[in-house]
Amino acid sequence: MKHRFLTLLGILAMAIACSQSPAAAQAPATPAQKPASAKAATGKATSKAAARTAVPRTPWGEPDLSGVWNDATSTPLQRPSSVGGKDVLNDEEAEEFSKELEHNLTRDRRDGSAAVDVNRAYNEHWMDARRLKATEDHRTSLIVDPPDGRIPALVPLTGERADLKKARSYANGRFLAGLPDSVYDFSLPVRCIIRTDSPPYLPTIYNNDFQIVQSPGFVTIAPEMIHSARIIPTDGRPHLPGDIHQWLGDSRGHWEGDTLVVETTNFRADEGVLFGGANAATYKITERFTRVDATTLNYEFTVEDPTTWTRPWTARIPWTKIDPAEQMYEYACHEDNYDLVHFMSGARQREREGKTIPIKPADRIFDN
Amino acid sequence: MADGHPDLNGIWQAFVSADWDLQDHEAQSGPHPEIMGAYGAGPAGLSVVEGGAIPYQPWALEKKKQNFKNRAVADVSNDAKWHELGDPEFKCYMPGVPRATYMPFPFQIVQGSSNYVLISYEYASATRIIRFGKVDDSPAPAWMGWSRGRWEGETLVVDVTGFREETWFDRAGDFHSDQLHVVERYTPASPYHLMYEATIEDPKVFTRPWKISFPLYRRMEKNLQLLEFKCVPFTEELLFERFTKQGAKAPRGEIR
Repeated sequence: MKHRFLTLLGILAMAIACSQSPAAAQAPATPAQKPASAKAATGKATSKAAARTAVPRTPWGEPDLSGVWNDATSTPLQRPSSVGGKDVLNDEEAEEFSKELEHNLTRDRRDGSAAVDVNRAYNEHWMDARRLKATEDHRTSLIVDPPDGRIPALVPLTGERADLKKARSYANGRFLAGLPDSVYDFSLPVRCIIRTDSPPYLPTIYNNDFQIVQSPGFVTIAPEMIHSARIIPTDGRPHLPGDIHQWLGDSRGHWEGDTLVVETTNFRADEGVLFGGANAATYKITERFTRVDATTLNYEFTVEDPTTWTRPWTARIPWTKIDPAEQMYEYACHEDNYDLVHFMSGARQREREGKTIPIKPADRIFDN
Repeated sequence: MADGHPDLNGIWQAFVSADWDLQDHEAQSGPHPEIMGAYGAGPAGLSVVEGGAIPYQPWALEKKKQNFKNRAVADVSNDAKWHELGDPEFKCYMPGVPRATYMPFPFQIVQGSSNYVLISYEYASATRIIRFGKVDDSPAPAWMGWSRGRWEGETLVVDVTGFREETWFDRAGDFHSDQLHVVERYTPASPYHLMYEATIEDPKVFTRPWKISFPLYRRMEKNLQLLEFKCVPFTEELLFERFTKQGAKAPRGEIR
């Protein structure tokens, strides 16, 4: 879960880019009103049947997914080695795991060197407090398949993709060294092109809000970052033609029982659009939205790309309903994107002063 | 709809040239005819303003003229000029309300049974949520404002406040302050038309409230959907080229 452990540069970049984000100053989180049982979260048939009776419905008979939902959690995407291979913890273990995650993530810690302390100056005041809580189902990873809770092994990259990956690692290296050449050395979130709006949806440090509005034949999801509503037809129409590609892909939904199943293809191939640098030509996301009770919606996504991973993989994230007490506010990003200006002005100044350093290739900074 | 209100769901578009100028205007070249030719030119159009003219305070009329002169100038090298120069549309900033309604792009109304109606605009992927029932005041200024909805008979009335002051009404430089208050009215006129009205009030800029109106047309193409017009990448060269290292090349596959 690389994007959770942002470098100082990345964090500052986001701090500046997100300075217009009112949600950063939202009221402290309230705990989920009703814990989702471990059974419900692991998808046992009994809890599904129980949920069905409780699911509110729209006047036209579909499960009602509408509302403002928050997906923040401290539970990591991939299972850490510290849990000894366990997929679900007992109450006692879960409490300890949750405390450990909170300790690792909190930016209000003051231990470590002065430099480390300064790195945490962008502190919890700006963060989504819910991101310090593990999921209530006591799982040790958001990934539920493969059973080891880890992203499957990579397929070796072919020549051109290997070259692109190498070029990108030098772009990341220039960004991390404070020496970006151009806007193309920044990630798509820092350029304010996409942020958490392109599926699959993963928790991040703040603004983990999604507003769902349903109408007959459509489910519309408006993620807080960056104000792009994904309007998902559920009327059986075909996907866009193969020569139209989009930053958010092209989504089609259908109902399987009480679960909304959404398949998304037609993504753009730009670096940073696809999880893990996948291949747009063979990449597909399948999401499943299931309302469990009044305040919980299970969000599950499967990533498939046989030219990137040796097998598909699936993660599950519980979403918590936060409205009407909390609302989603506008996230403006490009409109006041001081980041690009400041980073590049700084880089040009360093060059003028001869204060450049050798560029070391680096992994990507954000996955989403 | 099941709740007894008119069903406004669908993809709609205005077919006026108000985005170039709300008031009467002749066809015009773009700001850079020497490179854009007829591509940059705008169509003529009749005023959508009731009474024809926008009731500016004298100082504000001067500023509107300045805005027009600087409509295609951008300078993000310092804070003072960042928002002072250039039409926000030129820079792919969110268009605000009511401008989003008459941009030359479609938008989709998503109306269900909840306390929220969502409008998604193809231009810049701008989105707004209209809240019904008891709604708190706007917590912070927003580019698309803070929208509160109610029904008056067959009409959806949206009261919009909480605006950022930087949005413009059109490419002619028509503008407002942070005191902008817009009341929109969407009234079904046929299965294929809505009548749109917006009353615009801003005591800092205008001498009295004024009103615009025009029809919205339902887009009827089979399998039509909003497509992306994420225009940020189209502005990066304009806004950020001056900070770019000389000779730096866009990587393969990047759009310019």
